[in-house]
Amino acid sequence: MEPFTRLKGLVAPLNRTNVNTDEITPARFLKTISRTGFAQALFANWRYLGDDQTPNPDFVLNQPRYQGATILLAGDNFGCGSSREHAPWAIREYGFRCVIAPSFADIFYNNCFNNGILPVTLPEPTVLELFKEVEATEGYTLEVDLEAQTVTTPDGRVFQFPIDAFRKQAMLQGLDNIGWTLSHLDEIRAFEERRQQEAPWVFSLK
Amino acid sequence: MPKSMFEKIWEAHVVRDVPGESTILYIDRHLVHEATSPQAFAGLKAAGRKVRRPDATIAVLDHNVPTLQVRGRRVLELVDQASALCITTMEQHAREFGITLFDMNDERQGIVHIIGPEQGLTLPGMTIVCGDSHTSTHGAVGALAFGIGTSEIEHVLATQCLLQKKPRSMNIRIEGSLGPGITAKDIALYMIGRLGTGVGTGHVVEFSGSAVRSLSMEGRMTLCNMAIEAGARAGMVAPDETTFAYLKGRPFAPKGALFEKAVEAWKQLPSDPDAHFDTVHEINIDGLAPQVTWGTNPGMVVDVTGRVPDPADESDPQKRRAYERALEYMGLEPGQKITDIRVDTVFIGSCTNSRLEDLRLAAQVVKGRHVAPGVRALVVPGSMQVRRMAEEEGLADIFREAGFEWRASGCSMCIAMNGDRLSEGERCASTSNRNFEGRQGKGGRTHLVSPPMAAAAAIAGHFVDIRDF
Repeated sequence: MEPFTRLKGLVAPLNRTNVNTDEITPARFLKTISRTGFAQALFANWRYLGDDQTPNPDFVLNQPRYQGATILLAGDNFGCGSSREHAPWAIREYGFRCVIAPSFADIFYNNCFNNGILPVTLPEPTVLELFKEVEATEGYTLEVDLEAQTVTTPDGRVFQFPIDAFRKQAMLQGLDNIGWTLSHLDEIRAFEERRQQEAPWVFSLK
Repeated sequence: MPKSMFEKIWEAHVVRDVPGESTILYIDRHLVHEATSPQAFAGLKAAGRKVRRPDATIAVLDHNVPTLQVRGRRVLELVDQASALCITTMEQHAREFGITLFDMNDERQGIVHIIGPEQGLTLPGMTIVCGDSHTSTHGAVGALAFGIGTSEIEHVLATQCLLQKKPRSMNIRIEGSLGPGITAKDIALYMIGRLGTGVGTGHVVEFSGSAVRSLSMEGRMTLCNMAIEAGARAGMVAPDETTFAYLKGRPFAPKGALFEKAVEAWKQLPSDPDAHFDTVHEINIDGLAPQVTWGTNPGMVVDVTGRVPDPADESDPQKRRAYERALEYMGLEPGQKITDIRVDTVFIGSCTNSRLEDLRLAAQVVKGRHVAPGVRALVVPGSMQVRRMAEEEGLADIFREAGFEWRASGCSMCIAMNGDRLSEGERCASTSNRNFEGRQGKGGRTHLVSPPMAAAAAIAGHFVDIRDF
């Protein structure tokens, strides 16, 4: 897993609620066996005019002032819908390392951690305030510090965000989750033996 | 201490639970399909790892499969090489890791969330995962079932476990009884409209109450399927005699004495009378009207007797903007009567509504009538077994005679990956689960409805109140 410690970066605002993973990465881009090549797919139905090639000048990410943004500011329930990890793959490959929103859909939230993207939850009034500032100020940056669990504005205001302690450590260190679970293989084996006694029908597939 | 069904199943699957760590949760059943698994197998191979329990893993081809009746490999490659590659890659991985695969020509093939319960792969008390958000469907048998991402698929393949933070619990009590022509789909849409698309975030939802108890297994699956559209990763319904009768005799369900033993254990699963839930909601569905979505998320829904809302009536500016954008995308005017909305296409299918019961309800409406001129209407059964059974009882003939296309099974136009899709601006009455922008094809306009409502729209050419039809 790609580690995340701190990030100071340009912020791009996507002021919409309930942005779903079909909008983040439309299904036609899922017909692949690759884990890369999704930068072009990000928000494709909004980003392009017609043919997935010509940039739509009205879409926020196409505005020159947001080029090179590494932090995406979004509305409530971001990442709802399908479980496709192609959504965080596209977000990461486009260049974002952090998404800030009032809330995230559960599966998307989990998928972010596995792809080096930090999902930051801040209260809705704070996010709405940040939208105003980003839109009013060209070159608006935020500083995100995972260790301290803070987001700091250019004028020095500091917002705390909550995060699960284990996930935080895993992300700071870039932990191999699978390797960590496999380090507890003895416990998994013991569980399987017990479970097979208690619920043998679960194991009767073959 | 009294426990909820969720807590009972959760606790029975904890491998390791140490303060300051994520819980290691054991997974009983892992369902895999070709659209989200290739990168997980590739990651597994790159790390030199094996599938820990191929015997607990079942693969099926559904997202990319053509639904035309002839499904030879050659036809597929000619039509879509990208889909063909996803399919052949799944076949290779299944062979390489010793996983049972229901391939395109297997008589058990179907949408992963249809075939799980249908084959008895999905049993009460299990933890079940799949790289697909509608895995919540399987909770209908009294299981803890939820969708996962591709990295998590790799984790389950390698370890048969997941790292989890315990979700909160929610009880949604649904009381009352359904009128004629009203279905579990209407309950689901009404619930999401009332409670919101994010109400279930961070929660596992148990659906309870008199209305849920009287639903068939198929209806419970439709309801749990839509739990994710309310933001809940998992929906569940307590197992009861309806559940046991449904599961008995299914190919992968336990047989004979083992089945009886399992039933005794399953009877212990329902939530204890005083079980605590972190959140409780109650809904009454007496007098519920058929539901039709007008916007671009499942919470944007009204009664069929209603009108398209006016964004100007919304005081919350974010909601107002969302409504304005939805109306523009959908090509609708504020105040327009729902029954005045004409449709170009009707899709009866998807993991939400493509079981035999759904097709029966739709066929009842269609029988002896004909699809309106200019309307394209498809029935895509959820599995080849559903398709065979529907053919045996004459439903296929009813649909064909009425002018519907009768297809082979797959995800089809719910996700538009296999060539079945809407074109720009095309309007569809769909029994699927998501009316998101571009979901059924770029620029396509989706209205979510129940199977009888979709069937009636195909006949009339516009939405009609099934109660007067």
